[in-house]
Amino acid sequence: MMPAGEHRPPPHGRFQGCERALRLRILAAPAAACLVASCRQAGVLDPQGPVASAERLILFNATAIMLVVVLPVIALTLAFAWWYRASNRRAVYWPDWSYSGHIELVVWAIPAMVVILLAGVAWTGSHVLDPAHKLDANANPIRIEVVSLDWKWLFIYPDLEIATVNQLVVPTGVPVEFQLTSATVMNSFFVPQLGSQIYTMPGMTTRLNLLAERPGDYAGLSANFSGDGFSDMRFLVHVVPASDFSSWRERARSEGAVLNAAAYSQLARTAGTTQMQTYRSVDPNLFERIVQQNTAAEPTAAPPKED
Amino acid sequence: MLGKLNWHAIPFDQPIPMAAALLVVVTILAVLSLVTWKGWWPYLWREWLTSVDHKRIGVMYVLLALVLLLRGFMDAIMMRSQLAIAAGGAQGYLPPEHYDQIFSAHGTIMIFFMAMPFMVGLMNFVVPLQLGVRDVAFPVLNAISFWLTASGALLVNISLVVGEFARTGWLAYPPLSELQFSPGVGVDYYLWALQISGIGTLLAGINMVTTILKLRAPGMGYMRMPVFCWTALCSSMLIVAAFPVLTATFGMLLLDRYVGMHFFTNDGGGNFMMYINLIWIWGHPEVYILALPAFGIFSEVIATFSGKPLFGYRSMVLATLAICVLSFMVWLHHFFTMGAGADVNAVFGIASMIIAIPTGVKLFNWLFTLYRGRIRFEVPVLWAIGFMVTFAIGGMTGVLQAVPPADFVLHNSLFLVAHFHNVIIGSVVFGAMAGYYYWFPKAFGFTLERRLGVVSFWCWLIGFYLAFMPLYALGLLGMTRRMQHYADLSWQPYLIVAEVGAVIILCGIVATVAQLVVSIRTRESRRDLGGDPWNGRTLEWSTSSPPPAYNFAVLPQVDSLDAFWAMKQRGPRRAAARYESIEVPRNSANGFVTAFFAVVTGFAMIWHIWWLAILGLVCAVLTLLAFGWVERVEQEVSGEQLANDERVRLRPMDPA
Repeated sequence: MMPAGEHRPPPHGRFQGCERALRLRILAAPAAACLVASCRQAGVLDPQGPVASAERLILFNATAIMLVVVLPVIALTLAFAWWYRASNRRAVYWPDWSYSGHIELVVWAIPAMVVILLAGVAWTGSHVLDPAHKLDANANPIRIEVVSLDWKWLFIYPDLEIATVNQLVVPTGVPVEFQLTSATVMNSFFVPQLGSQIYTMPGMTTRLNLLAERPGDYAGLSANFSGDGFSDMRFLVHVVPASDFSSWRERARSEGAVLNAAAYSQLARTAGTTQMQTYRSVDPNLFERIVQQNTAAEPTAAPPKED
Repeated sequence: MLGKLNWHAIPFDQPIPMAAALLVVVTILAVLSLVTWKGWWPYLWREWLTSVDHKRIGVMYVLLALVLLLRGFMDAIMMRSQLAIAAGGAQGYLPPEHYDQIFSAHGTIMIFFMAMPFMVGLMNFVVPLQLGVRDVAFPVLNAISFWLTASGALLVNISLVVGEFARTGWLAYPPLSELQFSPGVGVDYYLWALQISGIGTLLAGINMVTTILKLRAPGMGYMRMPVFCWTALCSSMLIVAAFPVLTATFGMLLLDRYVGMHFFTNDGGGNFMMYINLIWIWGHPEVYILALPAFGIFSEVIATFSGKPLFGYRSMVLATLAICVLSFMVWLHHFFTMGAGADVNAVFGIASMIIAIPTGVKLFNWLFTLYRGRIRFEVPVLWAIGFMVTFAIGGMTGVLQAVPPADFVLHNSLFLVAHFHNVIIGSVVFGAMAGYYYWFPKAFGFTLERRLGVVSFWCWLIGFYLAFMPLYALGLLGMTRRMQHYADLSWQPYLIVAEVGAVIILCGIVATVAQLVVSIRTRESRRDLGGDPWNGRTLEWSTSSPPPAYNFAVLPQVDSLDAFWAMKQRGPRRAAARYESIEVPRNSANGFVTAFFAVVTGFAMIWHIWWLAILGLVCAVLTLLAFGWVERVEQEVSGEQLANDERVRLRPMDPA
């Protein structure tokens, strides 16, 4: 399906049907956010996995709950301002009126009730969609270790002992368990169409669980500014059917370089983006050593670290 | 001898920074030579630079804010122009190392040197007048606060010409801001500018809290204070509580950078997550330090121009206090994506939402102040209505991001950028503009030109929506903030619309400048002789426009809320029977001189010119000490003189 190491830009074909709508959106820019949903386009409103779908649902639900109050408030503001203009002699004027217990009760109760509803959404959502929370699926999960470098992404498949740079290949319908760190400054690993982003931080490990439902190419990026090369710190996620994934894996194992300590140090030291590439073999402890900040060419026993 | 400073610090080889630097230098030289040529120095020195009058200091704060608004806006429109063209393979006209400085400077300037001085300036000018007193609690300290803020602003602008500014974003997260990743002087400019101005802000906050708690006109209990004073009190308490955290945080980063400590470094046991926690423990209250006074301005404006008392005064006070306390309990919502557990995220998410309750109450109370009012559509009311609509939307997108799983996909995106501009422009900038127009006649004795005010409002409103609504959409499409170029061509139309919006906002800014020029030229026809141009409700309108240095010859007696309104109900004002002599503070050069040495020290520290840093610091301390020995800090105005002045002053105010 996707030859390893070959760069293919994200398909633009699927936007073509939307071009007219796009032009209309330019005219109605303030309404653009709502219209995006009606047009299939990359982004958080076009989810390709259960995490992103659930998050989009929360976005919609929370917005709807708030609009119930916000829209009337905006309408009343404009209506009151218009009707009670000084030149309107038909409007009633109460020059000394400044208190009503009933209204006070209502104006405290309305936002409070909205917040109670939203708090429920936030509480359950935070727990169900905790990035560290493993996903339920029939397939066995695949583990991927993510390292942000200046300014590129290294993906290590510890169980397969292969690694890639700036491209992430995952099979459909298989939960992916990410462990993430940074070999440089803080970044944020984010694939908008798959859901939750998470920071990558030097000396620390964060966890993220995602699942891609449909084959396709999805844009991935760093969402947290990390220096001059930040804008190009992007990667491509190839989601492929399981059979294609195993053939990709076999091919990856037979071609490309070996990611040993020297190659890693070369990769880490070269600032700037790199073409996509694969490594046919990788030291299975490399990620741990990057987290321990102990990537000297001679692998040594990791010193005990207080935690 | 000169530390790291040499000719390479000046960007001769880069045309765009060089042009900007030249523009700044030429402008400053032009202003200085004009002042010299016209022989204005003695006047400036006597009446402004050494003034300790809270009104003069307030005006200087606002002037500083307006000048820095121009600088910050230039950064903004450069960024928008870059992103309107840097699509596909194009790199635009700003290379990353320059673009990164621009967005860092834009954020730093707009928050610290535009929004902060604007709000602190309005508080400075208005609060003592509204409290019915003659000055703030510590007038000389007030001048020191202002000049330290101005020093910070000066250092940021020096970085345009000499050296570079930070390339780290406006909060300079380590490890990116550590020496290992940012070895240049940019971060040092950022840190020293904010350390110096931060001390100024802290002193201003202490001054304001003391003034409101200890100096109020006879009879003005807490529940008779105008709402603006309440918001100023809460905002200043937040300053007093939050700014020391900022100073300590920056202090630790400075220790990391200057003496090789490891508070936030990747190695040596440092942990930068601590910085991010600390900076937001300051940073979230900071949002309310800016927004609360704006809420206060709208409360005054809406009540005054509706011809009604504010609806639910007690609710409003309670809501303000609630926001003040809650704002310290939500900082973690700025980094839900750091991997804290679900419980932690949920608790901070819900705490953040709870702030929406008092804020919502405020919105409803303004709504019911309009209800059954008789609304005069003067310019401040336009800003207020624009604010209510815009802020409702911005508040909604804010609460949306307080839901942690929603934040997981919105964080760091242009949706976030759109949100905070929506609330900060919608509340702080609109509020500042409303306050500027509303209190201008009090400060200068003539009103601002109305038509250009209306033009400015509509340009800002339309420009704002065009500039930021596309950013919401782009955030949902997956565009992240701080990108210098992007591959996806389908984003470009949105960014072109945003650029158009920025240009319309520029028209609004031009209209504001034109309004000031036109108003000054036609001031004779727009004199505010009565001191009460808007039929106001609070005490600042009871004195003349502009007020005398001592504000009130006799302190007003307050026996209700909306004290001046009540006085007007009782009948025309009369001159006091007898005047007692009062003491007014004398001018002091303390603030100006101390701040001068603070700039020297800051500049020397940035460039590692150690001898000069020590010299500057010693001189600054000696200045403070020397002025501490000055004994004649006040002068007396005798009763007879007061009576004479008052007769002249009150004549035009009472037609009878």
